[in-house]
Amino acid sequence: MMEEGADLSVTIAQIVHRLKGAHLHSQLEKQARECLHRPEIKLESLKEDVRSFLKASGWERKLQNAVYRELHILPPPGHPAAPPEHTKEPLVYMRKAQASWEKRILKSLNSMCTELGVPLARKRPVSEQKELTNKWNEMGTDEPDLSKFRPVYAPKDFLEVLISLKNPNYDCREGLTASSHWGLIQISLNVRDIPQMREAYPELSLTCSQLGIDDHAHIPPDLFESEHIRIGKKVVSEQDSAAAQQYSRQGCPTGFRAQLWALILNATNEPEDIMHYEQLKAAVIHHDLLVDNLIYKDVKLTASNDDYYFVFEDFLYQVLLCFSRDTAVLEHFSYNSATPPKSYIQGKTGAEEFTVVYPPNGVIPFHGFSMYVSPLCFLYNEPSKLYSVFREMYVRYFFRLHSISSSPSGIVSLCLQFERLLQNHLPQLFYHLQAIGAQPLRIAFKWMVRAFSGYLSTDQLLLLWDRILGYDSLEIVAVLAAAVFTFRAENLMQVTSLASAEAVLADLSTLKVMPLLQVFLFA
Amino acid sequence: MSPSSGDRTIKQDFFPSQQNSIGYTLTSLPPNSDSPDREGRSSVRYKCSMINSILDVLRQRPGWVEIKEDGEWDFNWCDVGWLRENFDHSYMEEHVRICHFRNHYELTRKNLMVKNLKRYRKTLDREVGRLEGAKCDFFPCTFELPSEYHLFVEEFKRSPGSIWIMKPVARSQGKGIFLFRKLKDIMEWKKDGTRSEDQRDEAPVESYVAQRYIENPYLIGGIKFDLRVYVLVTSYLPLKAWLYRDGFARFSNTRFSLSSIDDQYVHLTNVAVQKTAPDYDPEKGCKWQMQQLRRYLTAKHGSEAVETLFKDIDNIFIRSLLSVQKVIINDKHCFELYGYDILLDQHLKPWLIEVNASPSLTASSQEDYEMKYRLLEDTLNVVDMEGRLTGKEKRVGGYDLMWNDGPVYREDVSLETLGTTYQIANTNLGCVNDRRKQLRQLLKPFPGHKRS
Repeated sequence: MMEEGADLSVTIAQIVHRLKGAHLHSQLEKQARECLHRPEIKLESLKEDVRSFLKASGWERKLQNAVYRELHILPPPGHPAAPPEHTKEPLVYMRKAQASWEKRILKSLNSMCTELGVPLARKRPVSEQKELTNKWNEMGTDEPDLSKFRPVYAPKDFLEVLISLKNPNYDCREGLTASSHWGLIQISLNVRDIPQMREAYPELSLTCSQLGIDDHAHIPPDLFESEHIRIGKKVVSEQDSAAAQQYSRQGCPTGFRAQLWALILNATNEPEDIMHYEQLKAAVIHHDLLVDNLIYKDVKLTASNDDYYFVFEDFLYQVLLCFSRDTAVLEHFSYNSATPPKSYIQGKTGAEEFTVVYPPNGVIPFHGFSMYVSPLCFLYNEPSKLYSVFREMYVRYFFRLHSISSSPSGIVSLCLQFERLLQNHLPQLFYHLQAIGAQPLRIAFKWMVRAFSGYLSTDQLLLLWDRILGYDSLEIVAVLAAAVFTFRAENLMQVTSLASAEAVLADLSTLKVMPLLQVFLFA
Repeated sequence: MSPSSGDRTIKQDFFPSQQNSIGYTLTSLPPNSDSPDREGRSSVRYKCSMINSILDVLRQRPGWVEIKEDGEWDFNWCDVGWLRENFDHSYMEEHVRICHFRNHYELTRKNLMVKNLKRYRKTLDREVGRLEGAKCDFFPCTFELPSEYHLFVEEFKRSPGSIWIMKPVARSQGKGIFLFRKLKDIMEWKKDGTRSEDQRDEAPVESYVAQRYIENPYLIGGIKFDLRVYVLVTSYLPLKAWLYRDGFARFSNTRFSLSSIDDQYVHLTNVAVQKTAPDYDPEKGCKWQMQQLRRYLTAKHGSEAVETLFKDIDNIFIRSLLSVQKVIINDKHCFELYGYDILLDQHLKPWLIEVNASPSLTASSQEDYEMKYRLLEDTLNVVDMEGRLTGKEKRVGGYDLMWNDGPVYREDVSLETLGTTYQIANTNLGCVNDRRKQLRQLLKPFPGHKRS
């Protein structure tokens, strides 16, 4: 959010600083220099003429999109005296909890490494490099022995950590009060309730048309769909990030969702992006990382067993293996409460100058991680473009789903929001489930950690992710989780155990996401 | 047992149990006011030679009773073998229906299909023009062997290095198929006027077709797939054909590569062949529903390109049926559910691989079972033994009427089509199949049943 005065100039300075070194800057300079030859550029009005040229040729729009992207990831301005950790996470107890969780993960990784005698990283012999290069497009045919590898952690382990989070400033000995926590999350964060969600998400209201509802088979396309498609085409031709984001709130038509998402994320496929991807690929060929096995295992366990995503197995390796080696991802740790794990070069333990971040991108994959990528395979099949889009999605949204923070899009807030929404909307259901030992969050957590990937049918999932992008927030995931419980409330009221509750909610593949959300928020 | 006409009322509790197939009379519903000669039956005796989803569908249809062994039947879901042996000697009353046309093989045997298509194309070239004939350009160059061996060799030499596929004309499920690049691989089929003494004593070689192999198939995730689409023909003269909205894409179990033409698991996508591949994982489900495929293609290529593709696919069905229209022995007792196999290439051009008269009705998964169940239920709805349709319908459940002695168009006039001569075909392959709702609105309930 933009604030007047000093904060604005600080923000501008920050963005200018970030963009100064970027490829776009040099491209703009080049364009400006080259346009000097053009007849319409006059010496008297040089500045204005160059500016209008850049505008007319679409370069200004590209700059706008880049600035827009920076604004997205720019953390809110903090107090000038605050240390950099505050940008990552302002609350101390959360930082501490995240740090101790990270210690546990690293310990688990190190012990697996010692047990199996597999190094964290190893240079591949030339013959192996050759083999991998040949097999690059079909890594899925490899059947390495992965039986000894276990995922470093599963969502339910992470849930236990979140449940145990306690705010040391909050005294909860006072007994049950109206603001007590009947759910699993024991801390208070500012999460939006239904009236506030209605205000923030007006495009989902009953009076507003959107895809996922108003493009249904029996509704004539003239009422909404045709016009929406026409506007979509215009947005794509204008190449305007901000417009695309606003547009996405009402859903993206299947035919140009790929372009719209790339626009919203400002994920380009310029030669420098392709080159970057090729460099990552070369890194994969040269070195073998322990986490590669974790990735293989995860893909084999999740995406390969999915009826629809199994086809994309090879793409998943091509994206995730490169992702692990991408040090550009380290940038996002300035606003992520997590800190990349450090490791020491062999023999130099303790010596600061010999630490390396491990894995190079600082992200240790967990069970289900590959499901962040799978739905994107549906939209992009050039590996570098797919990679670009995934990486941007990760550094904007997905990282928040597995790190402990107070961000409104962070998993902690989502869990709390889910519980509060359900408690307020259907207190009887919540109470019943809690009484039979089936705390709703225990079931909904796995959906939210994956942003529902693998649980909803692909087309419904993409409609949901349209709104995540459109509203630049993951809150909709918590709302959907509550809406799903509401939808199955009747059956849930009759179950008497956690297992039966799980069974009622086991299959979400037939759900229609937008009507559920709409009814939950507005009806 | 003869139908007792004039009995217009049907008692609520009169319903014969499914076990009891003897000792009841047939009654008929009051004739539909729109078509006075359409008499429906509230009770249908059927025979079924299969033990898969069709039997479930028949057993669960209200008023339908299974006949075992000999006994008069109103409906027969037979296999082609039975048809070959018995059709010519069976007398069928007017209302009786059977699920094959006598000489369906004109369309479903690979060599005859190609022969008919080539002949049809020549007719179009001659009578209408080359542009029209070019619309039949959807099957790869094919020759029957050994009879067309020399023609084949001419074509073979014209494109050295290309890959050809050999398929036996009459076998199914991928059996006997192989790929080749060299003439020596098909020496057996060489047609040589001077057969040696030894050769004359050997059995004549099995008839095969050699077809140019499509080397640039459309791949998803690096994997080749083909499409299975269902077309129901209820009459050839005039031609009346329905297209089912559901269908599926069948994936090969391994990545596509031209370097391993011996690996039949790569190139053949029949589920039957895939099931025998060493790394076949039955849990994996190598099928995508047609809706998923259509959405994927739309996401990748945009809706216009995909609409063009599906129009081209419609064209395949219509022209292949028109090519055999005059050859197939039309019989009002017959209907046939065809399974079309279509392959897409990288330019999004569809190719006809073959047409099956007995598409597999065995299900490979729960989802597959449900799709085949719906398909068969709607097939019976279209055949309409119960006389619930007027005959003017353009849609029955998941079936859209594609051809009715001429192209069938959607009625909708939208702002885009108003004032233009452009009309949209009445087909919806890979689109939403909200059949339950449509059937509820369309059909009267089964006799003796309340609306569900």
